[in-house]
Amino acid sequence: MTSSRGMIVLKRLAQAIPTLFGVIVVTFILTRALPGDPAAYFAGPAATPESIAQVRAALGLDKPLAAQFLRYVQDLATGDLGQSISTGQTVLSDIVTRLPASLELTLSALALSVAIAVPLGILAATRQGTFIDHLCRVVVTAGVSLPVFFTGLALVYVFYYQLGLAPAPIGRLDFAYISPPPVTGFFVIDALLAGDAETAGAAFGQLVLPAVTLAIFTLAPLARMTRAAMLQVLGSDFIRTARAAGLSRRQVLFSYAFRNALLPVITTFGMVFSFALGANVLVEKVFAWPGIGSYAVEALVVSDYAAVQGFVLVMAILFVVVNLLIDLSYTLIDPRVGFDG
Amino acid sequence: MDGTPQTSAPAPRASGGIGRHMLYVLRANPMTLLAFVLLTLFLVAAVLGPAIVPHDPLATNAVNALKPPSLSHWFGTDDLGRDVFSRVVVASRLDLAIALSAVALSFAAGSVLGSLAGFYGGWTDRIVSRVLDTLMAFPLFVLAMGIVAALGNSVGNIVLATAIVNLPFYARLSRTEVNIRREAGFVQAARLSGHSDISVLATQIFPNALPPMMVQISLNLGWAILNAAGLSFIGLGVRPPTPEWGIMVAEGARFIVSGEWWLALFPGAALMLAVFTFNMLGDGLRDIVDPRQRS
Amino acid sequence: MTAFVDVRDLSVDFKTRNGVVHAVRHVSFTLEKGRTLGIVGESGSGKSVTSYSLMRILDAAGVIAGGGISFDGVDIAQASERTMRDIRGREISMIFQNPRAALNPIRKVGHQIEDVLRQHVQADRSNVREKAIEALRAVRINNPEERYHSYPFELSGGMCQRIVIALALACRPQLLIADEPTTGLDVTTQKAVMDLVAELTRERGMAMILITHDLGLAAAYCDHLIVMKSGEVVETAPALELFRNPQHAYTKRLLRATPHGTGNVRDLLPEDAQPADAPPAPAPAAAVTPLLEVENLVKEYPLKADPTGVFRAVDGISFTVGRGESVGLVGESGCGKSTTSAMIMRLLDPTSGIIRFDGVDVGAVSAGKFASSPYRGRLQMVFQDATDSLNPRFTARRAIADPLLRLGARGDRRSMPRAALDARVAELAELCGLPAHLLDRFPHQLSGGQKARVGIARAIAVSPDLLVLDEPTAALDVSVQAVVLNLLVDLKEKLGMSYLFVSHDLAVVRLLCDRVIVMKGGRIVEEGGCAEVLEAPKQDYTRALIAAIPHPPL
Repeated sequence: MTSSRGMIVLKRLAQAIPTLFGVIVVTFILTRALPGDPAAYFAGPAATPESIAQVRAALGLDKPLAAQFLRYVQDLATGDLGQSISTGQTVLSDIVTRLPASLELTLSALALSVAIAVPLGILAATRQGTFIDHLCRVVVTAGVSLPVFFTGLALVYVFYYQLGLAPAPIGRLDFAYISPPPVTGFFVIDALLAGDAETAGAAFGQLVLPAVTLAIFTLAPLARMTRAAMLQVLGSDFIRTARAAGLSRRQVLFSYAFRNALLPVITTFGMVFSFALGANVLVEKVFAWPGIGSYAVEALVVSDYAAVQGFVLVMAILFVVVNLLIDLSYTLIDPRVGFDG
Repeated sequence: MDGTPQTSAPAPRASGGIGRHMLYVLRANPMTLLAFVLLTLFLVAAVLGPAIVPHDPLATNAVNALKPPSLSHWFGTDDLGRDVFSRVVVASRLDLAIALSAVALSFAAGSVLGSLAGFYGGWTDRIVSRVLDTLMAFPLFVLAMGIVAALGNSVGNIVLATAIVNLPFYARLSRTEVNIRREAGFVQAARLSGHSDISVLATQIFPNALPPMMVQISLNLGWAILNAAGLSFIGLGVRPPTPEWGIMVAEGARFIVSGEWWLALFPGAALMLAVFTFNMLGDGLRDIVDPRQRS
Repeated sequence: MTAFVDVRDLSVDFKTRNGVVHAVRHVSFTLEKGRTLGIVGESGSGKSVTSYSLMRILDAAGVIAGGGISFDGVDIAQASERTMRDIRGREISMIFQNPRAALNPIRKVGHQIEDVLRQHVQADRSNVREKAIEALRAVRINNPEERYHSYPFELSGGMCQRIVIALALACRPQLLIADEPTTGLDVTTQKAVMDLVAELTRERGMAMILITHDLGLAAAYCDHLIVMKSGEVVETAPALELFRNPQHAYTKRLLRATPHGTGNVRDLLPEDAQPADAPPAPAPAAAVTPLLEVENLVKEYPLKADPTGVFRAVDGISFTVGRGESVGLVGESGCGKSTTSAMIMRLLDPTSGIIRFDGVDVGAVSAGKFASSPYRGRLQMVFQDATDSLNPRFTARRAIADPLLRLGARGDRRSMPRAALDARVAELAELCGLPAHLLDRFPHQLSGGQKARVGIARAIAVSPDLLVLDEPTAALDVSVQAVVLNLLVDLKEKLGMSYLFVSHDLAVVRLLCDRVIVMKGGRIVEEGGCAEVLEAPKQDYTRALIAAIPHPPL
């Protein structure tokens, strides 16, 4: 039993390889689909035909596509994502510096979202047709209809401009504070680790509005799926068996119904993570959050293609890893995985 | 009998058909009715927009800049003195057009790919699924950004990018819907009646797979609008001074911290309302198509 | 002194979109300890709802609208939810149909039994596992220590039902309610499960309520029977008496309609609905010329676990069906009978072997291309599930017309003029006893029997020579089955077709077929004339199959 479980995990890990390969192919195509001649672009505006040819040779663009791809993969393997024109740094170092900011925002938003959405979905399912069910439905539909950038702006207007409760939307920490010594890269945690409660509080204050903005957006699909999955499971035969056996309401609801309903919810979580990573870009722009999303937006504006493609690739790899984790947790909950699916 | 015990008594068979059922759904869920009304409003704005607005959406007037909402300017004026109301109404055509054409593209391509994969299985299925998995391996908005960055910053490419990132939804859905019906009794019966593969797929399976896909289209339209507006919010696609909701919110964002809320609020609200309409419509359609699946 | 179980004047209502439905109306019965009661009825009779009210596990939409239920002195209708929870599982237990779905799919079966034991404080941490294994052993499960760790998906349907029984009996309740416990199980499994239930309840002196649509099953295992129809009790009597001397017209009709190994197909119909003509005599076996010849037919599927290995669903079978003959193909689920019929119908390609139809090797044309074969119209089929076999978007008229539109009236692909088409559809509907005004309805607006008629009308539309009937009545109530079987007999007589009747039910096959072929594990185990095989089976397996048919005490 345990060894076959181990085999399934290994198999799932192996399945990520072709996906990763596909991701690399797509990003390669995107770099080669640049408008105009990439060599002319990289050579700069003052280039002569000779210098363009030089750049072309240097970049390997005169070689056949297969050779170009091979070189692309080699570069990736050594962590070479190219040079950013706007910052002058390598794309990799830019992204490594900025990634913790994005992760801090996305993860805290998702934690908040799950903490609200799952109980809400369960409540709505167990009290079907009541006020709380209708409330859930409206909240959920409204939540998914709100453009994140709009929610963000509305929150800024109310909580910063009108009420003065929130700090100005100017990134992770006000200028008055010094960034805590990096350990995890998450400011709130790092400041706490350094014993600096004041900085931690300030960092937390900065984090609240963007995290809430993102959480509102991701709330809807999770709550909706929790409700639907709970309803479906509660209507199934084995719940009737459990009730007929006299099991307590709590046991029926949580150890029988919820554990089964969790499976589709976990699957949805992958989709939600995808949404969150995309919405993250917009939220970062609204709150001037110095993550990789706003980095990509700045790069887009100045046509810094290497930076944009590096960003796309890193996001995709991140997402592949997330999906892998989701699938593995699914395997842990559902004994049927790998047998008949 | 289908084998399920009679926990709920069999209801007398409604004989009124789809019309009566729709009426029931609309009555039980007034939000669907509201959605139909809003949809009509948006369509009117999109078709007649430029002809009915009180001001030229592009006419600047420095004297009249940043005025709050008033009787002459219902939604106020922006930093160049342009009438926000006129701009919001006129923008509905472009926003809806982008979303509709993107969804139409991905529906057409996605349903064909998905149907073939679901029907034939085997290698067709494996290849199509692999391509879809690869697309789905990207966070979708991020992929759309990458595509627009690569293909060039234009409205056409926004449509294309939105279509590509939406394609897996349709393809996966049609694959599933076709696949579960592939071995259905009525499909076998159609083969016995002399239908060829293609004929079975086109005349028997696909029409039955269509209703759930219509629901998906409606829900997806909302997402496509958000996606396109998000892209223009970060400066891709539509260029100023063209009125478009996303870009108007982006422009208005600069004035939020100084209290001129109307610049961003009204286009943002229009955007929200449009997405809300399509989501509600999708929910309503879901009820009409399958009353059991209300969620 | 009231009875152990005393149901008085019970009424149950359901709130639906179309108003209140009175699912159960003024039902009364009593049951004493150690006795068994059968509640028999067709779908929609309210038999399940009655039993669910006993445990108060009705859907949210259902309410006990009147009357009372007393169990061992407890007023069930008024009892608190806490009291009910203590009663459920400890005093009254229930087993269900579709046992695999009745178990939590992601929890070890042993743990599910432990949950019940601990809920009712029948065990503590130290001995709960031991007691769960004991409960598994009590239902005759081999290796209970090992099965304890199994998940439902790893077990067969019969095994799952044993687990459900173990779960229901773990706390030694006094009353067991069995709701169609064997529907969907093979006949031999059905017998094993029912025998086990009967033995355990007798051993423990329990009372049992068996809810079933099968009069034969109810009579074989119950002392007393209640017959229900449309929410009301139409007759109550001891089992023997009910069979010997039924009082109510509905009971009589139900009794007649249940095939029980004697008589002919006409006997299934009510006395006042007998057709003038007697059923046709079976064709003399020697006189027939072969229409379908199957030689050494094999179908292999690659194994999922081991891609180099193969599973032989059909393992080299040979048989013939003569012109005008009816042949029954009988076996339990997984025996390969459906795969065989799909290959003969040219919906599936065999791995090897020959299918000769009217002297021509029709197996030579692949299933994918067979739609354009001239033989397409001559081989037709009636499907098991009438609902599933009708396109939900086609009206009955369109469904029946479909083969005519594709293949032409004689399977000659000549397009028919509109008027001729309409006339032919009307003729077919009349032939199959489908009222003309139903032709413009969609499948969901038709009853099960009506859908079956549409399916039959479609199958005979292009005048086939061979009709494969794949369990055409398995999903129907017995009274509807009786009518459909008679229709099939009449049609064969009128149109001179040959039938290959695929079924799990020997009692039904007997009524319709001249010869019978018994399949097991992809092979033919016995073959011969119907009477011969049923009365003097040569093989143990055939004997087991026949023995497993529940026999009413006639």
